[in-house]
Amino acid sequence: MDFEQWKGFEKGEWKRQIDVRNFIQKNYTPYEGDSSFLKEATEKTKKLWNEVLELYKKEHEAKGGVLDIDTKTISTVSSHEAGYIDKDLEEIVGLQTDAPLKRAIMPFGGIKIVEKSCEAYDREVDPEVDNIFHSIRKTHNDGVFSVYTPDIRAARSSHLITGLPDGYGRGRIIGDYRRVALYGVDALISEKQEELEILNVDDFTEKVIREREEIFEQIKALNQLKDMAAKYGFDISRPAKNAKEAVQWLYFGYLGAIKDQNGAAMSIGRTSTFLDIYIERDLNNGTLTEEQAQEIMDHFVMKLRLVRFLRTPEYNELFSGDPVWVTESIGGMGIDGRTLVTKNSFRILHTLETLGPAPEPNLTVLWSTRLPEEFKKYTAELSIKTSSIQYENDDVMRATLGDDYGIACCVSPMKIGKQMQFFGARANLAKTLLYAINGGRDEISGKQVTPKFAPITSEYLNYEEVIEKFDQMIDYVAKIYIKALNAIHYMHDKYSYEAIEMALHDKDIIRTMACGVAGLSVVADSLSAIKYAKVKVIRDETGLAVDYKVEGNYPQFGNDDDRVDQIAVEVVRRFLNKLKKHPTYRESKHTLSILTITSNVVYGKNTGNTPDGRRAGAPFGPGANPLHGRDVNGSLAVMNSIAKLPFEDSEDGISYTFAITPATLGQDKNTKIKNLVSMLDGFFAQTGHHINVNVFDRALLEDAMEHPEKYPQLTIRVSGYAVHFTKLTREQQLDVINRTIHERI
Amino acid sequence: MEKDLKYYAKVHSVESFGTVDGPGIRFVLFLQGCHLQCKYCHNRDTWDMSGGEYKSVDEIFEKITRYKNYINLSGGGVTVTGGEPLLQAKFLIELFKKLKKAKIHTCIDTSGMVNLTEDIKEVLKYTDLVLLDIKHIDDEKCRKLVGFSNKQELAFAKYLSENYIKMWIRQVLIPGYTDNENDLKKLKEFIRTLKTVEKVQVLPYHSMGRYKWEKLGLKYELEGIPDATQEDVDRAREILGI
Repeated sequence: MDFEQWKGFEKGEWKRQIDVRNFIQKNYTPYEGDSSFLKEATEKTKKLWNEVLELYKKEHEAKGGVLDIDTKTISTVSSHEAGYIDKDLEEIVGLQTDAPLKRAIMPFGGIKIVEKSCEAYDREVDPEVDNIFHSIRKTHNDGVFSVYTPDIRAARSSHLITGLPDGYGRGRIIGDYRRVALYGVDALISEKQEELEILNVDDFTEKVIREREEIFEQIKALNQLKDMAAKYGFDISRPAKNAKEAVQWLYFGYLGAIKDQNGAAMSIGRTSTFLDIYIERDLNNGTLTEEQAQEIMDHFVMKLRLVRFLRTPEYNELFSGDPVWVTESIGGMGIDGRTLVTKNSFRILHTLETLGPAPEPNLTVLWSTRLPEEFKKYTAELSIKTSSIQYENDDVMRATLGDDYGIACCVSPMKIGKQMQFFGARANLAKTLLYAINGGRDEISGKQVTPKFAPITSEYLNYEEVIEKFDQMIDYVAKIYIKALNAIHYMHDKYSYEAIEMALHDKDIIRTMACGVAGLSVVADSLSAIKYAKVKVIRDETGLAVDYKVEGNYPQFGNDDDRVDQIAVEVVRRFLNKLKKHPTYRESKHTLSILTITSNVVYGKNTGNTPDGRRAGAPFGPGANPLHGRDVNGSLAVMNSIAKLPFEDSEDGISYTFAITPATLGQDKNTKIKNLVSMLDGFFAQTGHHINVNVFDRALLEDAMEHPEKYPQLTIRVSGYAVHFTKLTREQQLDVINRTIHERI
Repeated sequence: MEKDLKYYAKVHSVESFGTVDGPGIRFVLFLQGCHLQCKYCHNRDTWDMSGGEYKSVDEIFEKITRYKNYINLSGGGVTVTGGEPLLQAKFLIELFKKLKKAKIHTCIDTSGMVNLTEDIKEVLKYTDLVLLDIKHIDDEKCRKLVGFSNKQELAFAKYLSENYIKMWIRQVLIPGYTDNENDLKKLKEFIRTLKTVEKVQVLPYHSMGRYKWEKLGLKYELEGIPDATQEDVDRAREILGI
């Protein structure tokens, strides 16, 4: 392949085949300097952003925070006419529907969710659409429920397994949107046609047939992508010729995905360093200034801040604040030792200053202890200022994933364009422990949810006995869990296939079955209490264990105490091994995450008293966090505990949410920055995987709870994503204030 | 059970991420027990000598080494505070010897209101930095505020100076108690006579430790005294010439 748009680029393998990583390695310019080159927002940017802020305000005032819904058009890659915020001001164009913040309906995942959502915001789905999806066309949701077995249904409705993507889009797939810019769509179509030819074989097996059909759909979607761009007046069949086009082309690729799929997380990948190559070329040609470069990035990010999906209020109770997880992975190191930090890594972070803090895009810094010091300092400074950045351990992930992976959602790493995951939400391990004690009866309803196991009948819990029963119960949960996920992903592929996202992948990809756990610290503490203190069981008249009395002290997770931390490590390892016993759909690799996002509140609500002394209904710690108030040795002790959880056994990520008051971080600005950098270096040096950094005063948050109108842009990070604080439910706000802030007086 | 106080300390608590008691990220060891009765104490629960939990030198040292990554990268170290840490000098000799051998920076946060015993002098040999909290430069006012004369602490400061031990002087700024202009000028004069002062810090009084008094069923003695404001601190710093 060769194109005139590639003039000035270093040649390489990337010209012979689709290979974005090779293009980056041959052409990028590492940057080790400081942030002083950055420019402020242009007048145009300020004006446009003010218009967006006005729209935000209207949206916030609208019922349920939903400004408008197109209830008639079934959303596809090319379904809607072009839409603009303010055409004359926009450097980068493209909206999900024909107007900003107007939400689209995507019924292929499930019509019921669409109906319920519309209803919640006082709208009605167009009768014709209703008719199609009720009487004619089957959805993913219908598919799943037509095969679900009674044991799956029981585990699901008793909250043993929660948040399953069986009624909504699974998401967590990252298309390699950079391919659209680098190669243009026509070259991508040719590549796919070649793949079809590879699959023109004599043994026409089910696998071959399925793959051929999928590639056929991918080609169709790529053609639709060209149509969509044409509506905005762009011909993306050819490669992008300059920086502005590169951003626009890439964004069109992403826009296609978010018009096609209402996925739980729609992450964008690792784009900023790729884009830097185009910006550098233009800067060197003299066809672009630094102001303009920042302007393009600002306008790009503005678009990413406007992404919206139609979701039900229940969904919001789980994952507050309208999250989309437009996760952008920034920085990291290359396997050749050069840093992947470029000037554009700074520019995209700088949008937190030019446009102010915001939850989206979900800016994720891939941290290595070897990152350039100036970059480390800049990210720390921004964290202190905006609480809008999360950090993940590049040194740990690079070892298995190379240097062109990105984060999907919060903490799930995958090789861009070469790997996808089957998102599996999570199993409630705390509840599983209670079921182990009660022989499979639910501690709240008293119902027999699992087959009858022998319950524990002794007055005091015996550690060995509990471990034995727990082992049996996680065995059972693992089985049901994989059954459910196999059904879900079979049906998702069948009825709601992500054609445009998969069109931006290689033919042969790695698939993972991304399972998860919630309530890990509750389980670790409960087992520790049983082992190191005495736990008396309180039963009701039916013999159901409903409460526990802890006699004596016991080591608690989050204090860097091996006696309990190793229990947590063992629980994770054991559960993963149980999952591995069960074959997965499309032979995907079993992985595990320790991540709850904000759902730790709802999971806690649905879980009874636990043997660690936690009260029924009290929230779990988010992700891998210790339970509120149990960490008494300060934040580094918590980090040490969490860093012990093995990434090898939780390759889908281990989330830690950390909040600290500015005064606790140090006395003056430079000390604060230095301490935060050292803290991150230290945490990641001992193999911690992920950390959300929040820096704010409790008083500020309390004030924001009472006077939300004063803090429209106040952003905080919770378990893998950032959110506008004022969009959280009151319960979640209290959870954040009470459970995660470290302060010392 | 009584323990050998050379190898055991009465510990109140630890903080793994200390950033305000000495340079860098510090492991802060709060020792139990204090003989003073500072009206404004924000760790009232550390006074009682019979409280706390015995921890061995080895146990604490092991714990500290778990934070070496953070400590080394930030130019931090270990700060021992309390309570009055120098009441457990024998233990500190052992701990600090071990820390110095492991090349970890050592720091003591003290009132200096102690007899300069041989044990304390020995501790100071292994001490890189002393945070010296001057309770009050005026002896009469000092007695009223903390129940003791300031003679010992001033002598302590001189000893540090003569023995080339670095110190940060700290003055808690309590409106109406320690913010008198003449007193601050006197303090400035005193500091001028010391050779090893690296830093002078004005710590604004806050009432956030009050709940600890109430939890112990005690009356909070500075009832009604407002927290020191940033302006108060700026004014004091100006008088002190820092």
